[in-house]
Amino acid sequence: MSHALPESLAWSLLETMLLMRRFEEAVVRLAQEGHFKGHYHLYIGEEATGAAAIATLGERDHLATTHRNHGHVIARGADPGRALAEILGRANGLLGGRGGTLHLSDPALGFLATSAIVGGCISLSVGGGYACKQRGDGSLTMALFGDGALEEGVAFEALNIAALWKLPVVFLCENNSVNAWGSAKGGFPTLNHAAKDLCSIPQSVGIPAVRVDGADAAAVHDAVSEAAARCRTGGGPGFVEAITERWPGSNPLWPDPVTGVTDLRMATTDMALPQEHHNWFRHHDPVLRLARLLAAGGKDSADRIHAIDAQQQRRMAKAIDFALAGAMPAAEAALDHVFA
Amino acid sequence: MPPTTQSFAAALVDALHDALSADRMVSLIGSHVLGLGPQRHLMDRIRSDFPDRIVDPPTAEAGIAAAGIGAAMAGAHPFVDLGTAAFSFLAWTQMVNEAAVAHYMTGGAVNVPVTFHMLHGVRGGGAAQHSHSPQAMLWNAPGLEIVLPSTPADAYGLTLSALASRNPTVLLTHAKLLGIEGPMPSERKAIPFGKADIKRQGRDVTIVATSLMVQYALAAAATLAGEGIEAEVVDPRTLVPLDEATILASVERTGRLVVVDECPLRCGIASEIAATVAERGFRFLRAPIQRVARADTPIAFAQAQEEFVTPDAGKIAAAVRRLFG
Ligand SMILES: Cc1ncc(C[n+]2csc(CCOP(=O)(O)OP(=O)(O)O)c2C)c(N)n1
Ligand SMILES: [Mg+2]
Repeated sequence: MSHALPESLAWSLLETMLLMRRFEEAVVRLAQEGHFKGHYHLYIGEEATGAAAIATLGERDHLATTHRNHGHVIARGADPGRALAEILGRANGLLGGRGGTLHLSDPALGFLATSAIVGGCISLSVGGGYACKQRGDGSLTMALFGDGALEEGVAFEALNIAALWKLPVVFLCENNSVNAWGSAKGGFPTLNHAAKDLCSIPQSVGIPAVRVDGADAAAVHDAVSEAAARCRTGGGPGFVEAITERWPGSNPLWPDPVTGVTDLRMATTDMALPQEHHNWFRHHDPVLRLARLLAAGGKDSADRIHAIDAQQQRRMAKAIDFALAGAMPAAEAALDHVFA
Repeated sequence: MPPTTQSFAAALVDALHDALSADRMVSLIGSHVLGLGPQRHLMDRIRSDFPDRIVDPPTAEAGIAAAGIGAAMAGAHPFVDLGTAAFSFLAWTQMVNEAAVAHYMTGGAVNVPVTFHMLHGVRGGGAAQHSHSPQAMLWNAPGLEIVLPSTPADAYGLTLSALASRNPTVLLTHAKLLGIEGPMPSERKAIPFGKADIKRQGRDVTIVATSLMVQYALAAAATLAGEGIEAEVVDPRTLVPLDEATILASVERTGRLVVVDECPLRCGIASEIAATVAERGFRFLRAPIQRVARADTPIAFAQAQEEFVTPDAGKIAAAVRRLFG
């Protein structure tokens, strides 16, 4: 195998990434069937980044994420049934139906916040790092944010504070703006920054920063592990920019599953790839990419890939049943939890 | 011939188009004026007719608000679109502590003719961070004009006035109003600030409401009419300046007041209008004033919980019935 991941880690990342992918395929279907209201964002195309980065974390570490959070919550090990139920606003959801897709989170797993305010999580994570440093137990906080967050002024303030105080924060910038349409073409916003090199922003305040291919799980794992190790030994924050091609379905303002349901035979057999979105299937889909690397191991490997997928699909089928069977939360409970 | 009926969104776009045509110093900073819904394509006309006067800014609300304010101080008339009203919180210091105070602290020497636009309100599935109505908070920042159109005709006329104003103006559109259709006047012109509009006449009770709540109040009034209660619906249209006289005259006629507001109850618009009437029109009142406002909680994602804390036509009608109970 050409990748640098230990084999067992590669298989476990594939397992996580397949669950993330099948989860999002369920979310978009349920959205289009009208099971929940409001705007939502899918993590398809960024699975390798989230899975590999979160795999470097320990139990005591914290995370903060954004509107594009589903994959992060799943990768951290949240129950997919309760996560899906939250997106449907059900009482058995992770947050009792309070948060929905925009604020999906599993506080029990170390998520400090899922802020749908661009720039929100990058700044909150600095506070997470502050508390980790105070505890002095070698823990860290990981901020998972989009490239757009660097357009907000608060991002710069946060980076400066983290650098000045040498806080254990891993800033993971998921730059999904490659080949995105952007607002001008009627699509979802894309990067709008005068700095063509985003790493230069943290570097300007002395934070070590590296850029990696976000669809390459091994590259992400290496870069994040290095930044995390530095955090844990008092070396201060690190910044990783993970670049991914925008999944075509996330180009319009509302997600559209234009590449269909993922067919792993595209990785395990030499079946012809569809003409439409050919490059996505051939080069950019991170799930297919990792599956192809692993499938190079031969027929047993290919069988194992399909077996893992079948297992994750069964898990998702149960998760969907669990979520759809969930009761709606009581209306009057809206008045609860304003204060602790 | 302009259309005789129009959607709110189309009327807003017409006003922007007319203002851009009339004054070359008008420009748009921000292009998602109509949000992400189906009406958004109406903005294509502005993009194609004024490509050099509309810009897609970075996601930098503080920066674009400040740029708009500075440009206004220097003689431009920018229309700064801040998107969902919650995003304006990132621009709060620029709005309430730069734009709002500049004229005053220069002894009247500096004008700030900037318009801020935002989509406010409980919109359905917006959850805690995308459901805000900051107009009551803004009302506590002297120096800002606050404009809340409730119909397509008002959206057109008030937007023209906002862009012609010499003061910083906040124009708030409820996300749920964009798609509503309504009649347009045959002669299109600016609607002056500070002139309330009686949206429905009635002798028994005055309902004061703004923005989307006007539509809900009209629906409640239709229901109540079937029960023999004739409600008068008064829409102040601008909070700053506030047309106290029209509100007081209506309460004098009806003797009863219900105020409807999508802001949280405490220190909300309903509270301020109730206090004003209690202070200046106490002698007209034959029953206690009723406030129908949002509960003092954030908004939950779950639909039933969102609805539970948000005013609607049924809750308005119930509040009116309490006065006749
Ligand atoms: C303060 C603020 N401004 C604007 C928005 C609207 N908005 C939601 S997602 C988004 C784009 C964010 O881009 P990025 O951070 O790169 O995340 P991506 O969606 O690309 O993953 C914008 C502008 C917001 N949620 N918060
Ligand atoms: Mg992005």
